Amino acid sequence: MSDLQSQDYVRRSASTLTPPSARNYEQEVAKLIDVSRCIGCKACQSACMEWNDLRSEVGYFEGSYDNPSDLGPSTWTLMRFTEWENEQGNLEWLIRKDGCMHCEDPGCLKACPAPGAIVQYATGIVDFISENCIGCGYCVKGCPFDIPRISPVDHKSYKCTLCSDRVTVGLEPACVKACPTGAIMFGSKTDMTAWAGDRIVDLKSRGFENAGLYDPPGVSGTHVMYVLHHADRPSLYAGLPDKPRISPFVEVWKGVLKPLALAGIAFTALAGFFHWVIVGPNEVQPEDEAEGQRLLRDAEDPK
Amino acid sequence: MTRPRGTLVRNAAASRINHWITAGCFVLLLLSGLSMFHPLLFWLSELFGGGQWTRAVHPWIGVVLLLSYAGMIVQFWRDNMWSRDDIAWMRAIDRVLVNEEEGVPEVGRFNAGQKFVFWSMALLVPVLFFTGIVIWEVYFSSYTTIEQQRIAVLIHCLAAAAAIIVWIVHVYAAIWIRGSVRTMTQGYVTPGWAWRHHRKWLRRLAATGSVGPRPGAGGDGRPV
Repeated sequence: MSDLQSQDYVRRSASTLTPPSARNYEQEVAKLIDVSRCIGCKACQSACMEWNDLRSEVGYFEGSYDNPSDLGPSTWTLMRFTEWENEQGNLEWLIRKDGCMHCEDPGCLKACPAPGAIVQYATGIVDFISENCIGCGYCVKGCPFDIPRISPVDHKSYKCTLCSDRVTVGLEPACVKACPTGAIMFGSKTDMTAWAGDRIVDLKSRGFENAGLYDPPGVSGTHVMYVLHHADRPSLYAGLPDKPRISPFVEVWKGVLKPLALAGIAFTALAGFFHWVIVGPNEVQPEDEAEGQRLLRDAEDPK
Repeated sequence: MTRPRGTLVRNAAASRINHWITAGCFVLLLLSGLSMFHPLLFWLSELFGGGQWTRAVHPWIGVVLLLSYAGMIVQFWRDNMWSRDDIAWMRAIDRVLVNEEEGVPEVGRFNAGQKFVFWSMALLVPVLFFTGIVIWEVYFSSYTTIEQQRIAVLIHCLAAAAAIIVWIVHVYAAIWIRGSVRTMTQGYVTPGWAWRHHRKWLRRLAATGSVGPRPGAGGDGRPV
């Protein structure tokens, strides 16, 4: 999204200074997706396309209800359909609205090398600021949920903004507005967690004993949460990670390696400089020239 | 390049051109790579026309470097073969470091330090190239899994840091050992330089009546 809010950052990619954050008296928000109430109508997908002016290219039928078949630079949310035969031998149709989870500890932001290309507002929303994006794809490697997609046309990374432009002016995200069953709710994270609690009690009373809230602690919680009937097995839902976390490879790359590599380079350069100061240049002496020339002369006319 | 009378050819013109193509690529890769590695150095991307340009041009320079370094390997591998003498030279490194080369084992065309630089780069350049291909988002991102790309980018950064450290050693050695820079600009050395630093090389040239860079070769590397 464009840089609509620029004074309520809690995090800013590739920045070593405190980002502008005076306007931070905001509640942390969350979108709650109650998978048990979703009917798979894709109204949220349409609303997302409509509000954000997105039209992905028409693809091909891939043998599933997923349409388009994957997230993309112009597909920021996608219903993923899973047909699962449960222990009783009954078919369960698990439908999950996929998209950015707006992690409290965003891996994309941690991996991003471009200052200010990824920001997190005080609301918790993680936003891509396209003018700063360099198209390197590091956010793709940082993300534990496989969400960002790089456009092959403009080489910018795209994902759900949680309708940060709407939320800024007090509106709910477009997908929430469009959902006909109330499966997508939006509000403060506290309210959404409380609401999810009620839903889980209800689901448990109806036999879904493993119902629960998906707010994974591995990424310090998310600002998009799911109510799952089978919260003990999130991966049933089209591969939702069971225990998402920023990859340890990314943690090393973006953590210890950065200062260590620079220190190693600086140390080597300083070692060279001080060797010069202490020992100094190694110069050819007149005796060397005499010896060298004598050797060549002797070789030319052996006595 | 005209070579003063009585001097020896250290590097033929083709080798020097090859070297400077490699060197130019390396410096450009170092600047663009570091800009994408640490936020404190992101400003270096301005040298390439901004972040998008830096991201786009870095891998292409890498391709040129790989080809160019392959040329370096073809030209220099023979004289960089490791021998038992190199171990003796390494044992005397403390003497070398304080500019006291008398009594240090005589050295052929390249000493153990130079061979270390050569073979380090011979290892690191391909590692950087292949891990770089994996993280070349525009063309190759669809051929690997994201997890493979995470590993590749980590190896790429480690290898790059190692290569930069080796490069600093290389550049400093060239400044430290006077007359070395000229071996890669004008390409020649005096007999005294050869006597002092590469005596075994000098003896072999003298024995075959060669003016360098290899025994039995004359002028710009052509056999006599």
